[in-house]
Amino acid sequence: MADKPFIHPYIPNSVPATKEAMLDELGLSSVEEIYAEIPDRLRFKGTLDIPPAILAERDLRRHVQGLLDKNISSVDYLNFCGAGCWQHHVPSIVDEVINRAEFVSAYCGGEYSDLGKYLTRFEFNSMLGELLDYAAVANPIYDWGDVAGRAFRMARRITGRDKVLVPSHMSPMRLMEARTLCQPEAMVGSTKLRFFEWDRDTGMVDLDDLRTKLDDSFAAVYWESPGYLGTIEAHGAEIVKIAHEHGALAIAGVDPITLGVLVPPGALGADIACGDIQGLGMHMHAGGGCSGFIAFRDDDPVFAEECPLELYTVMETATPGQYAVAEALAERTSYGARDQGKDWVGTASGLWTIAAAVYMAVMGPQGFKDLGETCIARSHYAAKLLGEIPGVRIKLSPSFFKEFVVDFDGTGKTVAEVNKKLLGHQIFGGKDLSAEFPELGQSALYCVTEYYDQADIETLAAAVEEVTA
Amino acid sequence: MGLHLARLQEEDPEAEVKRLGLIVNPVAGVGGRVGLKGSDGAEILRRALELGAVRDAPRRAWLALERLARVRDHVEVVTWPAEMGEDEARAAGFEPRVLGTFCGRPTWAAAERDHGHDVAALGVAGEFVLTSPADTEQAARDLVAAGVDLILFAGGDGTARNICNAVGAGVPVIGVPAGVKIHSAVYATTPAAAGDVAALFLHERPAAVRLREGEVMDIDEEAFRENRVSAQLFGYLSVPYARGLTQSAKAGGVAGEERALNDVATEVIRDMSPGALYILGPGTTTRTIMTRLGLEKTLLGVDAVLGGALAGRDVTEEGLLRLLQAHPAAHIVVTVIGGQGHIFGRGNQQISAPVIRRVGVAGITVIATQTKLLSLEGRPLLVDTGDPALDAELCGYAKVVTGLGERTMYKVGL
Amino acid sequence: MKDETPQEKVARLGRLRRDGGVLHDYQAPRWDEPFIMEQGSPGERGVLVPLAEDDVTAAVGEAADYIPEGMSRAAAPDLPEMSQYQVLRHYLRYSQMTLGMDLGSDISEGTCTMKYSPKMHEELIRGHKAADLHPWQDEETMQGLLAIVYETGQYLKSISGMDAFTLQPGGGSHAVFTNACVMRRYFEAKGELDQRNEMITTIFSHPCDAATPMVAGFKVITVMPDENGYPDLAAFKAAVSEKTVGCMITNPEDTGIYNPQIDKYVEVLHEAGALAFTDQANANGILGFARARDAGFDACHFNLHKTFSSPHGCEGPATGAYLCTDELAKYLPVPLVTKVGDNYHLDYDRPESIGRVRGFLGNWMGVIRAYAWIRTMGPEGLKEVAEISVLNNNYLDNLLMAVKGVSRPYAEGHRRLDQVRYSLEQLKEDTGVGTEALRDRMVDFGIQSMWMSHHPWVVPEPFTPEPCETYSKDDLDEWAAVIKKGSDEAYADAQFVLDAPHAQPIEQMRRTEAMEDPKEWAFTWRAYKRKILKQK
Repeated sequence: MADKPFIHPYIPNSVPATKEAMLDELGLSSVEEIYAEIPDRLRFKGTLDIPPAILAERDLRRHVQGLLDKNISSVDYLNFCGAGCWQHHVPSIVDEVINRAEFVSAYCGGEYSDLGKYLTRFEFNSMLGELLDYAAVANPIYDWGDVAGRAFRMARRITGRDKVLVPSHMSPMRLMEARTLCQPEAMVGSTKLRFFEWDRDTGMVDLDDLRTKLDDSFAAVYWESPGYLGTIEAHGAEIVKIAHEHGALAIAGVDPITLGVLVPPGALGADIACGDIQGLGMHMHAGGGCSGFIAFRDDDPVFAEECPLELYTVMETATPGQYAVAEALAERTSYGARDQGKDWVGTASGLWTIAAAVYMAVMGPQGFKDLGETCIARSHYAAKLLGEIPGVRIKLSPSFFKEFVVDFDGTGKTVAEVNKKLLGHQIFGGKDLSAEFPELGQSALYCVTEYYDQADIETLAAAVEEVTA
Repeated sequence: MGLHLARLQEEDPEAEVKRLGLIVNPVAGVGGRVGLKGSDGAEILRRALELGAVRDAPRRAWLALERLARVRDHVEVVTWPAEMGEDEARAAGFEPRVLGTFCGRPTWAAAERDHGHDVAALGVAGEFVLTSPADTEQAARDLVAAGVDLILFAGGDGTARNICNAVGAGVPVIGVPAGVKIHSAVYATTPAAAGDVAALFLHERPAAVRLREGEVMDIDEEAFRENRVSAQLFGYLSVPYARGLTQSAKAGGVAGEERALNDVATEVIRDMSPGALYILGPGTTTRTIMTRLGLEKTLLGVDAVLGGALAGRDVTEEGLLRLLQAHPAAHIVVTVIGGQGHIFGRGNQQISAPVIRRVGVAGITVIATQTKLLSLEGRPLLVDTGDPALDAELCGYAKVVTGLGERTMYKVGL
Repeated sequence: MKDETPQEKVARLGRLRRDGGVLHDYQAPRWDEPFIMEQGSPGERGVLVPLAEDDVTAAVGEAADYIPEGMSRAAAPDLPEMSQYQVLRHYLRYSQMTLGMDLGSDISEGTCTMKYSPKMHEELIRGHKAADLHPWQDEETMQGLLAIVYETGQYLKSISGMDAFTLQPGGGSHAVFTNACVMRRYFEAKGELDQRNEMITTIFSHPCDAATPMVAGFKVITVMPDENGYPDLAAFKAAVSEKTVGCMITNPEDTGIYNPQIDKYVEVLHEAGALAFTDQANANGILGFARARDAGFDACHFNLHKTFSSPHGCEGPATGAYLCTDELAKYLPVPLVTKVGDNYHLDYDRPESIGRVRGFLGNWMGVIRAYAWIRTMGPEGLKEVAEISVLNNNYLDNLLMAVKGVSRPYAEGHRRLDQVRYSLEQLKEDTGVGTEALRDRMVDFGIQSMWMSHHPWVVPEPFTPEPCETYSKDDLDEWAAVIKKGSDEAYADAQFVLDAPHAQPIEQMRRTEAMEDPKEWAFTWRAYKRKILKQK
C-alpha cells in the first residue's frame, strides 16, 4: 500500500480512518489479505505505465479540454461531409432531456424504478414506427451497417435460404460491417452476399440486373434509399414486388429523417426496414452518434420471433389506463438464451433513443416536412452553384435528398487536394469517393442539410471555385 | 365450494376459480401395495415406518398447502376423504370439496384389534388409513372428472405411478416429495416449492410456469427391499416448473423447453451418418429425434434407427446385440432418465454393458436440455450399467448435446 | 456500536431515518402522464425548421419536383403536434420517474459496475470540440481526439499487459464479438478454420461470451462450475481438442470468485494450439493487481462504461475496448489509431484485418471520459479503486450474510473480490418470497432494483450486488439494511412483499401475456390501439 494516503473525491472510503474502521469490522489488517485469493505468480508487481494522477478538477479539466481544443469542429468550420453521419440541427430541448442525470446514469433498472426510461423507449418505438410506417420497432443497436447485417441474418432464418442480394453501390462501410456478421463463405452458417448492379447514370438500382440475378435461392433483397451516393431510389415498390415474386424478403435501408417527404418503407411493402437514427437529434460525436434500428411487419409473428434485437411491449396494469412497458419475447435474445438466442444484444443506444423520441415529438409531422423540403432545396442549390464552377460536374440523378456527387475530374485536381485546400477556407469538403468508387473518378459526396443556409452555401461555392482554379 | 369462493363468484361472475386436485398417500414409500392380512402386512408396515414414509406424507402435504393459502380465495381444493387430502386441506385453511369413498379401509385400530398387532410398539401414533393403489387411481380419475387444473400429490414413486396410470399426461401433476427415495422426475424440490409453483400456476402468474414431461419410474420392490435399486421407466407426467420471469434488460427466461428439445434433435440429426446404426434410449429428448425423423418412438423402450428409418422397435438387449452384429458402426444416444440423473441403468437397462462395449464408449452421445441439466443442481449424471469396470470408464465428463451447435460439459459419476 | 455483531448492526440500521435508521421513507414520483402520442393539438409546432430562402427556391424550384414519381409521402406521419414547453415537460416528467444511478444507490446492479460518472466529463463531451466532429474530417483537424484515443489505448495496454488495442467496438459485447472475429481470422489465415470450430465458455460467463462466437460461426461448448464455483478444470480439459478455437471466459466470474488456476486453463488451450480470451467486464477489483497477459491470455476486453466511468445512459451508447498480443494485432478492425512522431493517424493499411465491426470510428465519447478518469486516478488511484471496491464488497458481504434467508454458495472459506452472487433460496423456502419479489420491494426504499443473474440461473433465487469504490460506508450500511428490511417483511408478512412494489408510479404488472402472445404484444402505440383498444 502507498505511504501517502490516496484520497479522491470519487472514492469516499479512501479516507484512511474509514478504511481502518471497515477493515476492523472484517477483522483484517489490510486489503492484501483479500488479494491473497490471487496467487503470487498471477499478481502484477510493477507500476502501471500511466502518468501520475491529475487530482485537482481544475487541472484535469484544463488538460483534457486543452487536448480537445486542438480539434476543429463543425461549428468552427463549415462541414459538408455526410456519408452516413450527418449534421442536422439538434433542438436544445433534446440535449436538455438527455443531459438529465436520471437518464444519463440509468442502466438496467427495473420496470418500476426506471419506468420513465421504459415509457420513453416505448414512445420512441411508436413514433419511429409512424415515420417508417410499421407497427413493430425493435430496440436500436450500434449502427446502420450492423443492423443491415443482422437483417440479412434474420431473413436467412425466416426463409431458410442462405443468400442475400445487395446493390453493389451500397455503402462500402456498411457492407464491410455486414460481411463481418455474415461470416466467411467457407463457414457452414455463412449468409452469402451477392450483388446486383446500379445505374451509373442515375445512381439508382439496375432493375433489369436485379431481375436477372434474383431467384428462389435468395432470402432477401436489400436496397438503400437515399442510397449511399445520395440518390432517392425511384423503384422501391418494384424492388419489393420482384423480391416477393421469388419468395424473398424485401429489406429497405433508410434514413428516417427523409420520411417527412419520402414514402416510408412500410408503405412500400418492405418486410423489414433498417437504418440509422443519428439524424434524429444526435450530435455527430465523430460517428458516435450513430444508432441502427430494425422495424418489421407485425402481421406474422415469425418476424418478431426471429428479430435479434430487444423488443418492448406496452401493457395495462390492473388499474385501467395505467401502463407498464416490459421486454417481450425475452427468451429469444442472447440474454434469455445465450448462444441459442438470435445473434446477440448488449448495451448500445439507450440514450440515443431518448434523444430521438424528444426530436420526433418536437419536430412533429410538419417539422419533418419542412426539413425535408429545406434539405432538398438547399442541397440542390449547392449542387447548382458547384455545377457552375469550371471543371466541376454534378453526377447522377437530380433526385437526391441532401447528398450528391461532385466530380472534380475536370479541374485536374484530386478530391484530396481540394479538401486540403478547403481547410484553408475553414471548410470540410465532401467525402472522398475516389477509392470506394473509382468509376466516379475524382468525386466527392457533398452533404447539405437544413443546418447550413444560403450564405453558407455561397461561401462553399466561392471557396471551391477558388481552390479549383 | 368454499363460502368465500362462492362469494367471489357472486361478486364477479367472470372471476376464474381454479381447481387444485389433492391426493395424499399416507403410506408412501412402498408403492401403496399394502395389505394387513396375516403377519406379512405388519412386517411391510414396519419397513415402511423404518423408511420414515408413513408419517411424513400428510405433514408435507400440509406444508405445501400452507404456501397455497395465499391464493385460497381463488383456488378450490378438490380431494378425497380424511388423510387422503381432506384433513390436510382443512388444516391449511381450505374448505375442500370432498369426493369418493375408499375401497376397503382397514385402520390401525382394526389392525390392533383383529390381528393383535402392538401398534404402539411399531411406533405409530394416532390413527392411520392404509390406502391401496386402487384408492389412489380412483382418486386421480375422480379429480380429472371434476375438472381440476392441477393435481398436487404427496407420496412416492408408487403414488406417481398410480396417478400416471389413471391420468397419463392429461392434467399437470406436481409431487411433494414425501420422505422416500425419489426416482421419478415429477417432484418439486421441497413441499414449499411445490406450493409456490402451484400458486403461481393456478393464480398468481401462470405465464411464469412451463410444463415439461417428467419420467415416472417403476421401482422393483423386491429389489428395493433388498437395498438394490432397479428401476424401469413407467411413463410420463406433465409437470409444471417455474422459469425466471422476464422483467428486465438483463433478465430473461431459460430457453423454451420445446424449442430446446427441437434444437437438440436437429443437432443430433445433423450429425447422423447414414450408414451407422443409432440406438435411441427412452426419454422425451430422444423421442423428439424420432418425431423429427418421422418415426414413432416407443414411449418406454429402446428403438434403433438406420439411415433415417426404423431398424428396431422396443428392442431387448438381445435384439440390440443382434443388430450390432449386423451393423458394427453404431452410436448410442441417451438422455437423463428420472430425478436422480441417470443416463444408464434406470429405464434403459436394455442398453446393457455388453451393448455399450460393443458400440464403444466413444460412440455414446448424451443429449439433454440445459434446463434438465440444471435441475440436477450440480449433482453428476449417473451410470449404473451393472459392470463396475465399465461404469468407471464412463465416469468423467460428457459433452452433452444441449442445443444447436451447443455442447455442455457435464460430470458423469456413480 | 463498535462491539456490535453484523446481525445487531444490520438490525439497528434497518429502520427508517426518522427512527434513527438509514432507510429512506421513499415515494417515487407518479405522474400518470398520458403517452405523448395522445397529446397536443393539430397545428401546434415544437420547433420551427429553417425554410429555403426565396433565392434558393427561385434558383432550384420546388423540392417536391425532385422526388421521383410515387416516392412522395402521401399521408403525413402520425407524430405528435405539440409546443416546445409541453414536449419538454413531458420528458422531464419521465426523467423524474427514472431513478437511474445518480439518485438511487446502485450498488444493486452487480457486474454493471455502477460507479459515479463525473459530471466534469459530461461538460467535456458536450462541448462542440467533442460533440460536433465529423468522423471523416481531415485527421489534422482531429488531433486532440486522436491523441485521447491513442493514449487511452496505451493505458489500457498497460493495465492489461497487451500489445495492441482497438476502441472501435460499440459496447462490451461488441468487443467480445470482435474477439470471436479476430480468432476466426487467425485460424483462417493458418488454414485451420475447417478443423477448428469449437469455442469454449463457462455458464457463468456473460451471455455474449457464448452468443458472439455462435454468431461468428462457431459451435459453443459450455463448462459448468465445479462444487467450488470454479469452471471445472477437468471438464475444461475434456472440452479442449484439436477442434478448439479458444476460450471466451470471465475472470473473476459473476460470482466474484477469482479463479486461482486461470493460467492452467490458458496452458491447456495453448498446448492444443488454441487461443485464450478473457472477458473483463469484472475488472474493477483487479486493476493494477492482476493483468490478463500475465495469466497468458492472448486477448481481453474492457467495458469503458463499467470499469472506466463512462455513464450507462439507459443502456448506451457504450464503448468496448479490445486488446490483444502483437500476433493478433494484424487482424484488428480498421482503422487503427497510430502515432508517428507527434502526429496521430488513422491507419487503414491493414490487409489482414477482419474488416469492420462498427462504422466510422467508434463511440469515442466514452473514450474521452475514460481518458479523463484514468488521468485523474493515475496508477496509484487505479489500484485504490480496485482495493476499495474489494474492501467495500467484503464489508457489505459481512452485513448481508447476517441477514436471515441470505446465503452465499461456493468457495467456502474463500473471499470474493469485487462482487458476490448470493442466493435467497432459504428465504424463498421459508416464506415464499424469492429474489424477484424482493427486487420489486426494495425499490420502495429508493435504491435501484437489484440485479439477479444472467440466465440460466445456476444459483437458485440469485442476486448480485456490486459496491464499487463510488459508494461510501453509509451507502453500504443502507443497502444491507434494505435487504434486511425485505427479509424481515418476508418473514412477518410475505404477502406484502409479494404484492410489491408499493411506492412506485405503477402497481405490480400481473397480466404478462403481452410479453409472449402475438395477439397481445404491442411494440408501438399503433399496434396497441389496433390490437387492444380495437381502434383503427
